[in-house]
Amino acid sequence: MLYILQIFTNTYFYHSFKKTVMHRNLKISSKKESLKAIRTFVSEALEELSISDVESNMLILAVDEICANRIIHSHSLDNNSFLEIVIRIEANQEIVFEIIDSGIPYDPTTHQEANLIQLIQSKRKGGIGLTLVKKIMDTIEVSTINNLSIFRMQKKLPLAS
Amino acid sequence: MNITTNKSEAYFQIELDGDLDASSCLLLDNAIANAIQEGEKSLIIDCKKLQYISSAGLGVFMSYIQDFEESKTKMILFGLADKVYNVFRILGLDELLKIVDSQEEAIQVAKI
Repeated sequence: MLYILQIFTNTYFYHSFKKTVMHRNLKISSKKESLKAIRTFVSEALEELSISDVESNMLILAVDEICANRIIHSHSLDNNSFLEIVIRIEANQEIVFEIIDSGIPYDPTTHQEANLIQLIQSKRKGGIGLTLVKKIMDTIEVSTINNLSIFRMQKKLPLAS
Repeated sequence: MNITTNKSEAYFQIELDGDLDASSCLLLDNAIANAIQEGEKSLIIDCKKLQYISSAGLGVFMSYIQDFEESKTKMILFGLADKVYNVFRILGLDELLKIVDSQEEAIQVAKI
């Protein structure tokens, strides 16, 4: 019995330590003025990866776009609402970002890729953020756990340049 | 984001310094709107000190393309860092906006 337990424990530790090589999180006030600090947080985490400035900036942009969307559109009723940003780098060379908040979850399946010409003709200023994110990241998904909206996006490294 | 403007005989220059994101894009929008109100027809945008741009910043440039075509107003961007230029390129905006390397080129285009 003890032996079995030990195998289980070893396996558990193997997974918990080997699977995620980096895990960072930031909890910050959900307001536009926080975006700069969010970008700095992501930028510092990415310094541990050997990726170019251009690639690093794309990942920072993806997080910034989702955070800006959540800050502007999540309609959180709480005036003191927070955003939580989680960055994980998995041993299989995947980077995962999670943006967690208490606002109304966004349904990404309703999103249509922006048509640049139509947007220009309509003189609209918004509507391209999520299109950018989809072009940068490999997958995006939204879930709800305990009344929290979790926007998760993932990208396999190294990035295509 | 700091924005400084500089009016000369042939063109009106807007210099962007810092990050152009959802919290600062209105500053650029106002700067361009003011220039239009003053009757400027050649705007050159100095991006040498532009550290970052998000969709909010791109959206400001996009929203003027149609008006500028109709009013024959020129807008030329120059001095973009690789990582900033790349954001324009992801969406194909590099082909819809006039982007050149240097201020000299921008002024040349403004004068044509």
